[in-house]
Amino acid sequence: MISERACLAVVPAYNEAATIGGVIDSLREHAPAFDVVVIDDGSTDATCREGLNRGARVLRHPFNLGIGGAVQSGFKFALENGYDYLVQVDADGQHDPCEIPKLVDAMEEHPDVDVICGSRFLADLRYVGPVSRRAGIHLFAFILSRIVRQKITDPTSGFRLYNRRAISLFARDYPHDYPEVEAVLVLHYHRLRMREVSVRMFQRGGGRSSIRSGKSVYYMIKVLLAIFVGLVRAKPVVEPGDEAPVVASHGI
Amino acid sequence: METRVQIVAIVATGALFLVLLELVRRRRLLERYAILWLVCSVALLGLSVWKGLLNDLAHAVGIFYAPSALFVIAFAFVLVLLLHFSVAVSRLADQNKVLAQRVALLEEQQRAAAKAAPGRFRQPEDEGELREREPAATSPGGYE
Repeated sequence: MISERACLAVVPAYNEAATIGGVIDSLREHAPAFDVVVIDDGSTDATCREGLNRGARVLRHPFNLGIGGAVQSGFKFALENGYDYLVQVDADGQHDPCEIPKLVDAMEEHPDVDVICGSRFLADLRYVGPVSRRAGIHLFAFILSRIVRQKITDPTSGFRLYNRRAISLFARDYPHDYPEVEAVLVLHYHRLRMREVSVRMFQRGGGRSSIRSGKSVYYMIKVLLAIFVGLVRAKPVVEPGDEAPVVASHGI
Repeated sequence: METRVQIVAIVATGALFLVLLELVRRRRLLERYAILWLVCSVALLGLSVWKGLLNDLAHAVGIFYAPSALFVIAFAFVLVLLLHFSVAVSRLADQNKVLAQRVALLEEQQRAAAKAAPGRFRQPEDEGELREREPAATSPGGYE
């Protein structure tokens, strides 16, 4: 693991006070080269204080923006503070910081790759989760693999390592609600390359998934819509020098 | 078109037009959003005043009762306005997100600066911002 690069671990957290401390400690132990920034996405519990007490830096949203907005804050932070690598680690303890060196090694080994994605399904590591969720993940994996013409096994994994190019892309534009799947498409459209590495994941230690069972149908439909809209969208992301994506008025 | 219907239509659309002008004058409505409304009310006012045009229009598309053509047109305008607002709300939501992220980044910068040079900056902790936002305990007095 080459440690001369500036590395940042982004931990998006929404009411994860119970588990965030353990995640930060584990990051310190297993990935000491990484600075830790917690994105407190409008939590109403002690998430922010827990983060600060463990010595992490904390970006505190004034209200809840959703996982997409939270992770994007991490990208903006990394871009403005000159980080070369960014790894996203969930605050619920689902992602194992022991696996981060594996992601970094894969990145160093393949300099042409911009994103290393930790996959639960690449090797059969017997990830146990609800059948419906696994079915959904495999459906997305199937569709995405066809579109990007590359085998994707775990498109919903948020356990990813990004290099500088990917950081600056996603600081400008990162999908909103359930961003992981769409992010794969955005990478594809911008000719950035992604590679999967097999990792172990835990069942979440506490808190709740951003995808709850009642919402899973909405999740499926929304992501499928996003995939197909993404296919026909003329210009998915604004390049520097283009008109700003958010302007005062587009006429009437 | 019967005269009574015409009078009601003229009064209603005329009133809408005047209310819109007044809202813009008092700056309660931005010109940007008023334009579509004004266009809509002027068109409806024109159609209710100018009987022949409405009759021709209704006849051309096969509507037997001319005033119902007015409703069709009004409904079309309502749809366009709603779409317009959805677009406006999406834009506001985007801007809101960008602002919230910027606030978070600035707050962190300030916290780091305060840590580096204590005393020179206001500490966010001083104002209890880091306390959990718990619901306020039931107030003893209330508003009875």
